[in-house]
Amino acid sequence: MTTLAVTFTLNGEPVSLGVDPAARLLDTLRYQLALTGTKEGCGEGECGACTVYLDGVPVNSCLVPTYQVRGQRVETVESLDPGALEPFERCGATQCGACTPGVVMTASWIREHPELLDIHSIRELMAGNLCRCTGYDGIVDSVAEALRKT
Amino acid sequence: MRRREALAKLTGRERYVDDLPLDDFLWGMTVRSPAPRGRVTAIRFGTDIAWSEFVVVDHRDIPGPNVVALIEQDQPVLAAGYVRHVHEPVLLLAHPSREALRRAARSIEVVVAPEPPALDFRAPPGPAEIQYGTDNVLKRLQIVKGDVERALARAPVVVSGTYETGAQEHVYLEPQGMIASLEGGVLVVKGSMQCPYYVLKALQHALAREEALVRVIQTPTGGGFGGKEEFPSHIALHAALLALKSGRPVKLIYDRGEDMAATTKRHPALVRHRTGLGRDGRLLAQDIEVVIDGGAYVTLSPVVLSRAIIHAAGPYACDHVRISGRAMFTNAVPFGAFRGFGAPQSQFAGERHMDVIARTLGMDAVELRRINLLADGQSTATGQVIRDGTDRLAVMERALALSRYREKQREHAAFNATHATLRRGSGLATFYHGAGFTGGGEVALQSRVRVAGRPDGRIEVLSANIEMGQGTLTVFTELAAARLGVAPEDVTVAEADTARVPNSGPTVASRTTMIVGGLLERAADDLRRRVGLDDTARGATVQQAIRRWHREHPGEPLFGEAAYEKPPGIAWDDTTYRGDAYGAFAWAAYVAEVEVDLRTCATCVIDFVAVQEVGKVLNPTLAKGQVQGGVVQGIGWALMEECKWREGAMANNQLTNYLIPTSDDVPSVRVAFLENPYPHGAGGAKGLGELPIDGPAPAIVNAVARATGADPRAIPLTPERLMELMINAEFGMRNAE
Repeated sequence: MTTLAVTFTLNGEPVSLGVDPAARLLDTLRYQLALTGTKEGCGEGECGACTVYLDGVPVNSCLVPTYQVRGQRVETVESLDPGALEPFERCGATQCGACTPGVVMTASWIREHPELLDIHSIRELMAGNLCRCTGYDGIVDSVAEALRKT
Repeated sequence: MRRREALAKLTGRERYVDDLPLDDFLWGMTVRSPAPRGRVTAIRFGTDIAWSEFVVVDHRDIPGPNVVALIEQDQPVLAAGYVRHVHEPVLLLAHPSREALRRAARSIEVVVAPEPPALDFRAPPGPAEIQYGTDNVLKRLQIVKGDVERALARAPVVVSGTYETGAQEHVYLEPQGMIASLEGGVLVVKGSMQCPYYVLKALQHALAREEALVRVIQTPTGGGFGGKEEFPSHIALHAALLALKSGRPVKLIYDRGEDMAATTKRHPALVRHRTGLGRDGRLLAQDIEVVIDGGAYVTLSPVVLSRAIIHAAGPYACDHVRISGRAMFTNAVPFGAFRGFGAPQSQFAGERHMDVIARTLGMDAVELRRINLLADGQSTATGQVIRDGTDRLAVMERALALSRYREKQREHAAFNATHATLRRGSGLATFYHGAGFTGGGEVALQSRVRVAGRPDGRIEVLSANIEMGQGTLTVFTELAAARLGVAPEDVTVAEADTARVPNSGPTVASRTTMIVGGLLERAADDLRRRVGLDDTARGATVQQAIRRWHREHPGEPLFGEAAYEKPPGIAWDDTTYRGDAYGAFAWAAYVAEVEVDLRTCATCVIDFVAVQEVGKVLNPTLAKGQVQGGVVQGIGWALMEECKWREGAMANNQLTNYLIPTSDDVPSVRVAFLENPYPHGAGGAKGLGELPIDGPAPAIVNAVARATGADPRAIPLTPERLMELMINAEFGMRNAE
């Protein structure tokens, strides 16, 4: 099988590896690099469980071919500061946890870009991350709390 | 206390089945039937695949009976020459490369000589479609109280109505999956599941292995909602068969498409009501027929039907009730457990019917409920006398006050009179949910829990009840810590590993906190007695006594144990369906406020108030989260989640076209609890997990009816369905003129 050599920055560190041309970034992270924090919920970009940052912007890693991230910065949930997650723990942002890494990635990005809230509500900004447990109040409250603490 | 495993989940450190490190393993995959019914005449393997690299399993590889053991022994592990539904498992494949496996599976053709399928559970089957008994009825059940025909004949007013609810897919965010491997001679199966001992029993039965040679371990489970109650036994068996044949670990993980297509869903239902009333609105007779679609195998349909009919008459007093239930065989992918377990279907019908009655009588919907809600001393349809001291009117009043129901009615009238395209309305549902297994079910389970004292003085809870997001780990920690007066940090909850934990029953039926938690408390008391202390000993005294016991009994295990005992005064007769159906009911009143856009007929829920009495609330954050999550799942079922069917299988098995609510589709769900401690539940708690899925759909549809004047009787009430109703209503009105 052909493999492609790919080099990119992962959570601040350079990585070089050979990948199947059809490999999804999600699978490369999970099965090749053992970063299992990023989850597969739907495999078609609907649920957001596989959210990572590509050059600082949240994307669904199930829709990104790994070869396309050459030379780019990829950040996963493993790169986040656990200390900043306290409001999410307190306000009930997680139940089963399967959507949670993706939720936390989008939420942390909103916190980095509070100007977005001039145009959009938290509910609009979080709509790309499906959660079947919380009914979203716990998530929305956590994001609001986290923004207050920033 | 905060959720125990929250930080592990928030940081992505929690390891679900597909996250576990695994060496030298094979991926597994299932090859399925393309047809709803018929004989398998051939299985053609593609010629472009190197089949010698693959492990292939069919029904002949099953060491024991080809049956997934459940209520009936009717569902095969792998089809043996005959299929009864699309996606029925026929073959299993394993290979080190998932991509190679997918190519191989696509190259296989299962050829079926088609026979006529039964696909509509509502219509009587044609002679060629009969496949179960003489009439395709999987189960018939009836509740009779008083003389309903006589009471109907005498009633001044009779109101009839027919209501329908659709299937619902669970959409737990973690798809189903299992890993099977052999460790020594022991078959070890790990995975996402609600009921480790159900899986153990199914493995033992079909693989003809004794219990000591099978071990089942639950991995952190990313949502279940009933979808991981009975179904995981299938995947466990499939992974195990591949592991046994290959001698290597096998990982079988469904992707979302396979999960949605091949696993169970909420039973579709059709409910007919014929209700006799006094002119004052008092219920004189309730004649109810409940029909559910069971699909192609029995699975749990008889028990779902049971819960559906027991809840069908609603939380109301009526002396003459007849409820007839039928679960129908069809060649659909089998339906199964889903949060609420039949009660959401029958209570959608019952609560929508209450508003239809109110409209027919020209009566206020609140007043109709007020005069009929059960008071202490009155009895349910099964004759269970309610005497728990809960003020059910107060529950309703609280919901009305929090939602400003009366003021909103006036505001809506003014809004609707002036707005060109939007219509607003509020709707109410009052309802109940029985916690724990129905009737004698809890007695039959014989659940046991252990609480161990470790040599270092720490406490370990051992049960088969699992965490799937609902909070078991946290609540069990809190209960043990409170009972023994120790710090929560000194309590651990054992992994649900059948080699270590006793069978405390399945994690279903809103039973974990109320029933298993109660056992945990008694096992903690037993532990205290075993170290020579009475029930007043707490904290350091208990921990010192545990350490001392271990010094005196080196190497011996120390644990307290408790087994289920029926609460006093509870009696149920399973032959007549009379008596105390549940140890306790939780009670609720929900109010939905909706806005309907007349241009698109899209309904938006703009406010939601959920008030319930669930005994003592043990952990406010977790309890509120359960209610909010249940309500939003209910909003989805009411308005948007629609399974499209092709030959009895889901055609829209993707999150792209089966829509569940996003954060932007729902309002904040306002939650309030009234607390009336239940003496036989852990810490005074009653079951909570399922209650919140029962109320949203009728409250929302009642609100849409109020807002638009339409009379919807079926869910999901999609924009298309509402538009059709409104066009028909308008057309009908013009005809009448």
